[in-house]
Amino acid sequence: MTRRSLLVLLGVLLAKPLAALAAWNETAFGAKSAADALKSLGAASPAPSTDIVIEAPQIAENGAVVPIEVSSNIPGTTSLAVLIEKNPFPLAGRFEFKEGALPFVKLNVKMGESSDVHVVVVAGGKPYVATREIKVTIGGCGG
Amino acid sequence: MAVGPMKMRATIAGGNTDVRVLMVHPMTTAQMKEGLHHIKNVVVKQNGRTVVEAEIGQAISRNPVFFFRLKGGAKGDKIEVSWLDNKGETNKVDGVVA
Repeated sequence: MTRRSLLVLLGVLLAKPLAALAAWNETAFGAKSAADALKSLGAASPAPSTDIVIEAPQIAENGAVVPIEVSSNIPGTTSLAVLIEKNPFPLAGRFEFKEGALPFVKLNVKMGESSDVHVVVVAGGKPYVATREIKVTIGGCGG
Repeated sequence: MAVGPMKMRATIAGGNTDVRVLMVHPMTTAQMKEGLHHIKNVVVKQNGRTVVEAEIGQAISRNPVFFFRLKGGAKGDKIEVSWLDNKGETNKVDGVVA
């Protein structure tokens, strides 16, 4: 190992903790199926729950902007993930709620085609899921 | 389309703090001709304390709009929202609860 490469390596090692401040689960976001994404999030095989509320249009005319509002009434909810089953990469986002935040989020997502949308909540370390089908008239992933 | 400014509005509603935030960002997917350019992390802080940490992917719509709800809170609370994208660009907005 040359002196230069040692310095570069040291630089990389020192830069690493800074990058770690903003964690992003590359495996989960790169997963091509909702099941694989959930496995990467440590939320495989979630139990169905009626305490997860999904507000979304039944039919979205424009797949580029589909409004989805989700909230969890499960006590001890710490995170919530939105997965669009038929998107090329199903995981759209994952929200971690710390002390002081309510388990609620409203967001706009892109949908390539009509699909089931899963909302997976982790509460007390256990995963729960609710699913809603949203029909899309014009897909919004390419272009 | 380039990255632009953010807008944020925080109000007290029903005893809680509603935070609406708009981010000007192309949010392009790998399939688009512009190539992959999307926000990865969003952080919401209330009086300097992190309350929501989000990881988002390319499926979030262009010019993302998020609506968060914080427990309680009061007029004058400081709210800050920031983002980091896959090209290392960042932006931040702050304001007080009205």
